[in-house]
Amino acid sequence: MKVEQISIFLENRAGRLTDVTRVLSEAGVNIRALSLADTSDFGILRLIVTDHERAKETLKANGFTVGRTSVVAVEVDDRPGGLHRILELLSNSQINVEYMYAFVQQSGKNAVLIFRFDRTDQAIEILQKNSIKIIPGKDLYNL
Amino acid sequence: MIYDIDRETAPREELEQLQLTRLQALVERAFANVGFYRRKFEEAGLLPGHVRNLSDLKYLPFTEKQDLRNNYPFGLFAVPRENVVRIHASSGTTGKATVVGYTHRDVRNWAQLMARAFMAAGVHRGDIVHNAYGYGLFTGGLGAHYGAEELGATIVPISGGGTKRQVMLLRDFGATVLCSTPSYSLFLHEAALEAGISISDLPLRIGIFGAEPWTEEMRHDIESKLGLTALDIYGLSEIMGPGVAMECAVAQKGLHIFEDHFLPEIINPVTGEQLPPGETGELVLTTLTKEAQPLIRYRTRDITSLNYIPCRCGRTHVRMTRIKGRSDDMLIIRGVNVFPSQIEAILLETEGLAPHYQLILDRKGVLDTLEIQVEVDEKIFSDEVRHLQRLETKIQGNIKEFLGVTAKVKLVEPKTLVRSEGKAKRIIDRRNG
Repeated sequence: MKVEQISIFLENRAGRLTDVTRVLSEAGVNIRALSLADTSDFGILRLIVTDHERAKETLKANGFTVGRTSVVAVEVDDRPGGLHRILELLSNSQINVEYMYAFVQQSGKNAVLIFRFDRTDQAIEILQKNSIKIIPGKDLYNL
Repeated sequence: MIYDIDRETAPREELEQLQLTRLQALVERAFANVGFYRRKFEEAGLLPGHVRNLSDLKYLPFTEKQDLRNNYPFGLFAVPRENVVRIHASSGTTGKATVVGYTHRDVRNWAQLMARAFMAAGVHRGDIVHNAYGYGLFTGGLGAHYGAEELGATIVPISGGGTKRQVMLLRDFGATVLCSTPSYSLFLHEAALEAGISISDLPLRIGIFGAEPWTEEMRHDIESKLGLTALDIYGLSEIMGPGVAMECAVAQKGLHIFEDHFLPEIINPVTGEQLPPGETGELVLTTLTKEAQPLIRYRTRDITSLNYIPCRCGRTHVRMTRIKGRSDDMLIIRGVNVFPSQIEAILLETEGLAPHYQLILDRKGVLDTLEIQVEVDEKIFSDEVRHLQRLETKIQGNIKEFLGVTAKVKLVEPKTLVRSEGKAKRIIDRRNG
């Protein structure tokens, strides 16, 4: 039920983000979701792409430091309290959200959120037990 | 004014006779009491009796900083440990510090030599000495402290840091003498201006500056901004601390090495051969009177030259020119001695970081800054910001703790650091020029 996310270390200087998108574009990899965490000196670009193996390989070949992390994609009801319900379930089980970001869907009534938990497997268990819809990786890559 | 007129103005012949007597006694003591020297002498086929005149010095083996480290902590003591009344040490990673011991007489000699240095600068009883050299294991603070007391001046042991308070006390106590690194004096000047105080309006008249290299231009800058006479002092903990050599205010041209206690030579740093007077090379010092930890032909790695032309001030002791550089890769950052290898060792100890780092030295305003750029490889990379920031803080903390310098740590992408012929260029020094 997990989604593979790649992350890239970026120095905080002009043109670096463009270098990443160029490499991915040339490799024919499409970006499904992204988030950029930044500090004054560096940034961490997190991506969910159509082909993470290929993306990682090409980026590494171009000199980037690339990591891979398992995250969870959750469908959230697009109405007040939708996200709150999910977060409450997790917090009641002492599961910590390391970071999260929203996913842009072309159509559909629901929002999709990408979560990085400190205990991924337990989080999935709790969400499934409470009938929260988790989107498997393969569906997401090809959505 | 000359503190020890008999010794400091002794005719060269008399001085050299004293040096020879002391050198012979030193060699006897080192041979008899320090295993390291006995082995070195035996390897070279030498006996203490072979030293018949001063020119025989060149046959004696050198002592290097690494020898002090190898004999850490007390291996080079020439007296029983109970006779050592003080220990100083340089920064270093665990177990690699260079340790120096002093007997009661060593501490007294040091105080007297520092008193000589103060007097050569024009300091006398009645002066108020604001001592901003760091107190502690570093020799600067305590060295100047005991010398000022010996002379009968009033010492203010403020030590380093706390610049606002320094400015306030400098004004309130009416200090007439400032001891600090040259760059810190300019920093004080700027801090004073911010507080609406012009140091040049204060009674301050003499600055004794050392522990880092500086230039004639910087001297003129300091003298005009702070309104004082700026003088250069030289010393190193391995030999004693500050007060090995001091510039006289009369000539303000070169530092008199107190030759009745320290025997200087200039060598070619590559071949180790002695160079004739006046030539530039590495300064080598032999401690003639040190009891606790005498050193024979210690390679200071400082580049200078010796000038035997008699000085206007009346002192007969040789003058060394201002330090021109180093014959090794030691860096001096805000008066603290740092070797790149020490930084590398700390990076290695911090989560197996290492091979690719770069040190950027710069001067912000008047103070040195050190930035350590570390390449982020897959081993240390994390997709969480806080993990990387924790790493930066940890490196910073370890550098501060082991080396005593504040560094900014910057994580950079791999292969961004300049590599020349496959080898990374480790140091970029933008401080001069």
